Amino acid sequence: MFKVLLALVPGIAAYVWVYGSGILITLILATISALLAETVMLRLRKRPIQRFLMDYSAVVTAWLLALAIPPIAPWWLIVVGTFFAIVIAKQLYGGLGYNPFNPAMIGYAVLLISFPVIMTKWPAALQLAQTPLSFSDQFQLIFSGALPQGVQVDAVTSATPLDYLKTQLMLKHEVSSITQAPVFGVLGGKGNEWITGAYLLGGLYLCQQKIISWHLPTAFLAALALISGIFWLVNPEQFASPLFHLFTGASMLCAFFIITDPVSGPTTPKGKLYFAAFVALIAYLIRVYGGYPDGIAFAVIFMNICVPLIDAHTQPRVFGHEK
Amino acid sequence: MNAIVNLANLFKSAKDIFPFHGGVHPPENKAQSTQLPIGQLPIPEKIVLPLRQHVGNIPKIKVKVGDHVLKGQLIAEAEGSISAAIHASTSGTISAIEDAIIPHPSGLPDRCITITPDGKDQWIKKTPQDWRNAERKSLVDSLRLSGIVGLGGATFPTHIKLRADGKSGVHTLVINAAECEPYITCDDMLMRERADEIVKGITIAQYLLGAENVIIGIEDNKPEAAKAMQATLSEHAEMQIKIVPTLYPSGDARRLVHLVLNTEIPFDKRSTEVGLQVFNVATLVALYRYFELGEPSISRIVSMTGNVQQPQNFEVIFGTPMLHLVKNAGGAKADTSHFIMGGPMMGFNLPSADVPITKAANCIIAASPTLFAPPPPAMPCIRCARCADACPVNLQPQELYWFSKSDNFEKANDYNIFDCIECGACSYVCPSDIPLVQYYRYAKSEIIALDKAKEAADLARERNEFRLARIEREKQERAKKHAERAQAGKSEAAKNESATRQATDNPTIATSADDTKKEAIAAAIERAKALKAAAQNSASAEQTGNPEKSGAAEQKAKIEKPAPLDDAAKKALIALAIERAKAQKAAALANGSEPKNVADAAESVKKEIADIEARRQAVGLSVEAKSTEVLKLNNTDAATDKKALIAAAITRAKAQKAAADLAKQMQLDSQSESTKE
Repeated sequence: MFKVLLALVPGIAAYVWVYGSGILITLILATISALLAETVMLRLRKRPIQRFLMDYSAVVTAWLLALAIPPIAPWWLIVVGTFFAIVIAKQLYGGLGYNPFNPAMIGYAVLLISFPVIMTKWPAALQLAQTPLSFSDQFQLIFSGALPQGVQVDAVTSATPLDYLKTQLMLKHEVSSITQAPVFGVLGGKGNEWITGAYLLGGLYLCQQKIISWHLPTAFLAALALISGIFWLVNPEQFASPLFHLFTGASMLCAFFIITDPVSGPTTPKGKLYFAAFVALIAYLIRVYGGYPDGIAFAVIFMNICVPLIDAHTQPRVFGHEK
Repeated sequence: MNAIVNLANLFKSAKDIFPFHGGVHPPENKAQSTQLPIGQLPIPEKIVLPLRQHVGNIPKIKVKVGDHVLKGQLIAEAEGSISAAIHASTSGTISAIEDAIIPHPSGLPDRCITITPDGKDQWIKKTPQDWRNAERKSLVDSLRLSGIVGLGGATFPTHIKLRADGKSGVHTLVINAAECEPYITCDDMLMRERADEIVKGITIAQYLLGAENVIIGIEDNKPEAAKAMQATLSEHAEMQIKIVPTLYPSGDARRLVHLVLNTEIPFDKRSTEVGLQVFNVATLVALYRYFELGEPSISRIVSMTGNVQQPQNFEVIFGTPMLHLVKNAGGAKADTSHFIMGGPMMGFNLPSADVPITKAANCIIAASPTLFAPPPPAMPCIRCARCADACPVNLQPQELYWFSKSDNFEKANDYNIFDCIECGACSYVCPSDIPLVQYYRYAKSEIIALDKAKEAADLARERNEFRLARIEREKQERAKKHAERAQAGKSEAAKNESATRQATDNPTIATSADDTKKEAIAAAIERAKALKAAAQNSASAEQTGNPEKSGAAEQKAKIEKPAPLDDAAKKALIALAIERAKAQKAAALANGSEPKNVADAAESVKKEIADIEARRQAVGLSVEAKSTEVLKLNNTDAATDKKALIAAAITRAKAQKAAADLAKQMQLDSQSESTKE
């Protein structure tokens, strides 16, 4: 799992560059909460603590959750989310290896449903913000909720590209005109596309290291490109391009770091293809027709339920057996 | 330079290789034991030959303690079809036949023959065979005496694999020289040094099976062996070497066949069913030695490697104590913790250092904590499926683990756990260090045990059901019999009313006599009825092909058995009656010729009685009735009466006993007759 953390470093670096170093505070908070929650639970369950802590699976969950929530959210948000992910979604199901759902996505979904306003309050990229926040400003914001004097909330936050696209489309604007807005970059959101690119880089490293199999990211990205491509070809003014979908929101993080969680995912090669493709399909449908700007978490959780079914029906042919 | 070109050509032929799924490449560790040529060992101080050295029945001991045996002498012969003979591996005296620890994971002792060598190493008379001009069948039959088993480690008796006798349709021999397990180099060294013997062995196997093609599969980490083999093959155009990539477990027969021929032997078929047979190179050398030199299987090449001073391959005679081998490899280093027999992947930790080298021992590894660190404690399975990627059978080890762990054996079976070859590739790649193969072995043994238990339970249930059905049937028959008997008794009474009327007047003797008669008659009727019913039953059963046919037949036989009793009983009854009559007559005579009881009767009655008497006498029946009346009604009279009565009773008892004996005898006779049938 350590290599997974390593593979996230480029993404985090890009994150810091785009949004400022406040994310580091969230990451540290998440790490501490996760380790604490894991320790308490392991002690309660009378399991060897050090051995389980040193496999870093709790830290991976914590980081994924931290990277998925707004970096200027109050400190207790990540703490609550991490505790929920570790205690409820992981340890209460039997700990490492026994959780049917991706703990980070459960944590995310709980936060999104419980605190929808905070969860959608994303900071504007530093280069777009009217008043870029310094590290100390972000620190203060996270721990006390206080903005620097004379700065309005609207001055530091901004709608995410997916959010913006969704609301503008509802106002009957066309995609070509919407994407002219400053929040959009070349591929996805301005700045955001760099983070996504860095995730891609880290993901490729994991593939190369054979930590994750190529099946999941390939199938996810291909399916997302395919479905969005079809819609886009049918009506490019109503639907965003495949490239936009691949490089916005949590697409890349999902492709290489979220659906690749082995515990809650399928194990057969064919099953991995189906699983990833369906996550992409559901996520896309939620993005376009659902009530939330992004639908990765719900798509993953839904497909987690289907894993036993997928595994059972995608058993490969055993040597010397007829199909 | 030339050699390099040759070698390059050799590797070109590796193009048509058909990889199997999965496989792993652990560190080879083969170089250590290939530095020195195959060494010879001095004769050890004792030889311990376990009877259990092969797959199949344990052989039958042909020697006893104190016997002197020569090298190569048969000391235990194959028992049953799958078994192998054992020979004395050097000359000496049989010093013990007892249980000793054998090289088996269980560490349990088993029967062994111990020889104390005389140091002369004197051979029995060797009888090489002119196999080229001999009949195949007799050659294969003679192989039963050779003691040759698969020396690749499987130790399956070789004569079974060659029994095909040319009719098997085996067209291709695959020679297994892959030797994919780390550390093991015995086949490598054998090929380097004795390629000619291997090729001669191949020719013999080819002849015995009538196979046209020969493919020799060698892993690409043994270039010297491949070169040596290639050099010997020059005059054998039908033999082809295929260099396969070094990937564990390419030495598994089914994997190797796939590698060199692109043939997947179906899971439920043997290789011969698809026209293939696979032999290990060491087995072929044993074949060559048996037929051309007349030497039975008494030795093999063993890699002595790992934590010893000088790893080397040795030619070891079977039964050599392992420590003797260790000593000749320079001895084990100080930190040696235990010994492994076989490779690190599929081998097992020897339960004791004091075990002999057997036919299965291709490699002995001295292990130390540095060479083989104890595995860290297992972590939970995270379903990463690396095991599935490594499985050469394309199973889903993570699922099998889950099912095995939760005792969900039915599911494990559904997921083809019995296709698992226990190669250990899954355990090797597991990031959680789970000893997966141990779980599969556990599940397999449990499933086998459950199947056996189920079979036994099914049998028991079947038996019990049959028994209950039989009891029920007998009960019904009995009830029917009773009913019929009651019926018969009534009608009998009605029919013989006149005859019994008198009898009813004198309840003791007459009734008893009458009862006996009645019973006999009723029984006879009953028997006749039952016979008839049984005949009908069995007839209908035969007609309908009823599954109860055998039951009905049995029943019929049962009823038929007492049939001769009918006659016997009748005879006995008649004898009894006669006896009784005589006794009564005697009694009557003692009382006076006239029955006294009629004295008080009215004239008309007297007359009637006299009439009846006359009629009776005319038909010769009177005596009994009359005399009984006399006996009964005049019981007031003298001792003579009593005496007569006693005499009569004794006679009667005798007669009854005689009748019973006779009946018994008859029954026994008829039984023994029926059993004879």
